[in-house]
Parts: sequence; C-alpha cells; structure tokens
Amino acid sequence: MLQVTNLKVRVEDREILKGINLTVNKGEVHAIMGPNGSGKSTFARALSGHPGYEVTDGQVLYNGQDLLDMDPDERARAGVFMAFQYPVEIPGVNNAYFLKAALNAKRKHDGVDELDAMDFMKLVKEKLKLLHVDDSLLQRSVNEGFSGGEKKRNEIFHMAVLEPTLSLLDETDSGLDIDALKVVSEGVNAMRSPERAFIVVTHYQRLLNYIVPDFVHVLSEGRIVRSGGRELALELEEKGYAGQTAAGARQ
Amino acid sequence: METLVQAPAWVRERREQASRRFAEVGFPNTRQEDWRFTNVAPIADAKFALANGAFAQAASLIAGVKVPGALTLAIVNGRFAAGLSDLSAMPKGVRIAGLRDGARDGTDGLEQHLAKVFSIDTHPFAALNTSHLDDGVAVFVTSGAAIETPIHIVTVTGGDGKPVTAHPRVLVVAGANSQVRIAQTFIGAADSVYFNNAVAEVVVGEGAIVEFYTDQRESLQAYHIANIQAHVGAKGVFASHAFSTGAKIQRHDIGIGLKGEGADCTMNGVYLADRERLLDTHTSLDHAMPHCTSHEIYKGILAGKAKAVFNGRIIVRIDAQKTDAKQTNRALLLSDEATINSNPQLEIFADDVKCTHGAAVGQLDEEAMFYLQARGLTRVEARDMLLHAFAGEVLEGLKIPALREQIEKTFFTALAQDVAVSA
Repeated sequence: MLQVTNLKVRVEDREILKGINLTVNKGEVHAIMGPNGSGKSTFARALSGHPGYEVTDGQVLYNGQDLLDMDPDERARAGVFMAFQYPVEIPGVNNAYFLKAALNAKRKHDGVDELDAMDFMKLVKEKLKLLHVDDSLLQRSVNEGFSGGEKKRNEIFHMAVLEPTLSLLDETDSGLDIDALKVVSEGVNAMRSPERAFIVVTHYQRLLNYIVPDFVHVLSEGRIVRSGGRELALELEEKGYAGQTAAGARQ
Repeated sequence: METLVQAPAWVRERREQASRRFAEVGFPNTRQEDWRFTNVAPIADAKFALANGAFAQAASLIAGVKVPGALTLAIVNGRFAAGLSDLSAMPKGVRIAGLRDGARDGTDGLEQHLAKVFSIDTHPFAALNTSHLDDGVAVFVTSGAAIETPIHIVTVTGGDGKPVTAHPRVLVVAGANSQVRIAQTFIGAADSVYFNNAVAEVVVGEGAIVEFYTDQRESLQAYHIANIQAHVGAKGVFASHAFSTGAKIQRHDIGIGLKGEGADCTMNGVYLADRERLLDTHTSLDHAMPHCTSHEIYKGILAGKAKAVFNGRIIVRIDAQKTDAKQTNRALLLSDEATINSNPQLEIFADDVKCTHGAAVGQLDEEAMFYLQARGLTRVEARDMLLHAFAGEVLEGLKIPALREQIEKTFFTALAQDVAVSA
C-alpha cells in the first residue's frame, strides 16, 4: 500500500529525515518510535503533505500513486488520514458541519452519494458511542476550548467517520490518561481490517500495549536504525533509546 | 422642480437650510481628516442627473430580494413606490407613510422628527440629502407594540443606462417600550453607474428595542454614501448591523447617541471588498448619559487591490459615568495588495468608565487551512469555511433568516468570482 524510498525532508534549513525506507502492506500496523528530535513526527507530517515540510529527495508510492505529487486534500480524499499531535482550534467552524463536509468530499471522490444531514447524524451517533465521545463535541467549534483528551478523541472520532485506508497517528497518546488511552486504542482497534493500514508514531511503548503493532521501527537522527516485531518496543521500554543509533544497528 | 413648491413650509425650510450648508462646505476632500483615505472626487466631478421616480428594472430588482412574510417598502430612486411595495403583512401597531404624501397630509410625528435626528452640520452628504428632501418612507411603531413582522425597506436606484443620483430618506420612530426589526437593502442593476446618497434617522423611545440592518448590495460600479443616525432613549436598545458587499466606493457613517440612562447599543458590521473597491466605515458612538453600554464589532474581508477604512469614534461625556464600551475591528487580507486603515478614536471625559478597543489585521491562519485540507477540503473550500466562520459572528446577528441567506450567498458568490480572477 505504501512504499517509502530514500525519503529526505527539510524543515526550514535543517535536514530532518535523511533517507527513510519503509514498506507498509494492507492490514499492517507499523509503530514508529524514537527519541525526541529523531524525526518521527516529521515523517508523519511529510506524508500528510504539510507545506512546512519540504521533501528534497526520495519517493513515496501510495497504492501505486505518487503521493508526494498530491495536495494535502487530494491525499485525504484518496484515503490518507492524519491524526494530529496538536489538533488546531478553529473558532466559528462547527465540528459536525466540518466533518460532514469532509466526509462528503471523500464520498464524492469515491463516486458514492453524499450523505444528507439525517444519514450523517445516524452514522455519527454510532461512532460517538463507539468512542465514548460526548455529543456536545459535535456542536462546538472544531477543537475550540477542548481539553487535551477531548482533542485526541475528536481526532480518532474524525478517523472513525472518514474510514481512511491509511491512518497516520502522530503521538496520539501524548497527554492522554490511561482511560482515554484505552478508549482511543479501542477506536483504532475497531477499525483494523485486512484492507487498512496504520502508522503509529509514539515516544512510549505504553500505547502499543493497546494497539499491538505488527512491526516496530526505531528512528534516530532521521534514519530508521532498527526494525523488528513487537518485542522491540518492549526492549526499548526496558533499555531506553540510548545506544539506538545508526552505529548500534549493525545486526 | 414642481415638488419644491408642493412641499409644506417646514420641509422647504429644512431643505433650504441644508442647501445653504452644502453650498458652504461643498464636497469633502482628502485634506480633511475625516476624508483622508476616501477621495470622493469621482462623485463630485461626474455630472449625475437627479433620477426620475421610476426605471425599467426596478420591479424585478425588488422581486429578487423580497423576504417572504415581511412588510416590503419600496424606495425607487428616492421615491416611495407604493405600487411596488407589499403591505399585505401590515401588523397592528405600525404606521407607514411616504414622506412626500405624509408631509402634505400632515402625518403625525413627521414634522417633529424628520431631519431633526440628524444635524446637517456633521456631514456634507447628509446636508446634500436634506437639501433634496422630497420623498422616502417613515415607519412609526406605537408605544408598547412588539412587532414580529420584519419591515424590509428595499432601496433601488438606476437610470436605465444613464448615470443618475438619488437621495433616499428613511425615518423610523419607535415609541416607548416598542420592539421592531427593520432592514434596509440597497441594490441596483448589475454594473450600472449611479450615486446613491442615503440618510436614515432612527428614534428609539424609552425602553424600546430596535434592530436595524443595513444590507448594502449596490452595483459594483455605484457610489454609495449612507448616513445612519440614531437617538436612543433611557433603557432603550438599538442594534445596527451593517453588511456590505457592493459599491465601487462606499462610505458609511453611523452615529448613535445614547441620550438616556441605561441605554444599550450594538454596532456591528461585516464587509467584503475586492477588486479595486473602497469601503469606508466611520462609526461614532456618543455616550452622553450614565450606565450605558455599547458593543461594537466590525469585520472586513479584503481581496484584490481593495481598500478599507474603519474609523471608530467613541465619546464618553463627563456625565456618562459607569459607561461600558467595547470596540473590536478585525480584518483579513487575502492578497498582498489589499489595504486597510483602522483607527479607533476614544475621547473619554468621565473617570469611572470601562472602555476597551482592539484592532487586528491578519491573513488566513495557515495551520487551520492545513488542518481542513488534511481532512479532504480543497483550498478554496477550506478558505470559504474559515471566512464563513470569520464573518459568521456578525452575520448571525441578522435575525431575518431569508435575508441572511441572501446576504451569505452574495458574500460567497463574490468571493468565488475573486478566486477565478486571481487564479
């Protein structure tokens, strides 16, 4: 589904990603771990098309399409979803109204009928229940005045409604208490299917107790220095990131 | 000039006084502080002919903006057009009078208020309007009456291809403890050239609540000068909401005098300026009495090479203790070539008052744009959603849903055209 080859990304004048190679197949969950500043969030944001992240080299194929050639909204309509680390507050834009517009933009792209207000609300109510999200979030402005936990839940709620093919979760666990973490994880797990894939960016192993990955990759100084199964995350928890450098990844 | 002869003595007197005043001061120029950014030479230099009472497109223009269920009062080229008005929804507690007929018939309240709320000294164009005082419409609301039916004054101007000028005039007198909602729409044939010089006077009685909406959708080649002046009695509430999408040059002067204790006033506006258009708003709030409150929010969206001027004057007189006044002016610039001059002007002579003002000029929030795009909205859709949110705070104040829909549509049609131009 996703093939990343030698991806190099610059932010302002600094090269952050120095050649990432990664293949993600349908049905897989990949965790990207690494210390602060290793480039893991940069990786997620570059894939989502954030204009502040300049790709200087490499290639990304998404279902055979050149992802880097697509605008952020084209990527979204093609099924790439980014759960933001810091969801943006947008005063005056109603959460439900926005989500309906986003869903219908995607449905139009997929060639299915747009949902009317009633069918949309029906769908939304189901997803709200699934994620234990309070109804009132719907009628508030997007993320405005939301608590940290509400913002993250709202991201996963958007994901559940938009049903993306590839989801990028950028430190979705940061700032969540254990109950919220469980709820968010259940939301993600409910969406796992042989047709979908997830890239979960996280600093801590904790999230991976709930969202169990198929593969774990360790990023250091802009490169993937180790890849392994779930046990790699457990090892990192025990030993920390010290020593996980390019030099330490000889085997 | 047959009409001049027919008018009663008091009308002729006020007209002549204003005429003398205008002859003294003439058209303003950019050396005058109040007109520094708005050059009205194109109006002064053009030879606009005084319009006749009718023109071919008037009826279809009125039909196009008609609000279902509202009382529709048509003013065509400054003349009250009973035939194009719709008075079928006339509620109890409202009296309507054409100014010409009303003056002739001695309509109660007309001589007392007409051209009395406004001082011709304050504004040359108001003097020019009064010097042509001939017709228009007056709305009287009986004391204690709460009018549910919206009153929609539709002001159309045009000369069937000839550049004309008109001086529409409106008087609203709301009796004590009455309630009424009045909208004034300004329109003309698309891209026709004319000069509309409007005046509205509003008297808000003690404890009365008046909402006054100004919906400026003139032709994009038109010159639109409008003066609104309101006097608010004790515990009265006056809310002015101005929505501007039209005109090549607009100058709005809105002046509100809080004349009784405990009066409250809202003065909001939102405007869209694009191409090479100039929209100028001067507001003036006179806190003359204690315990009055005022809230003012003006928002502008500017694209292309548009210019906007906002001047917000608040005077708190020495007796106006416990005044609470708040003013906000915000503008979004969608292009590098659009400009705004924003000038809050606070003159405070009382010591126990709360006055705040703030001005912010910025661009669209790119992080918000990216967030919306990352969920699948195109850049234009994302932008429109943010602009809608920006303008929404003011648009929501318009409590006539059918009219609000019309205005929102005008806003976003104009924006879409602007994108097409710049793409």
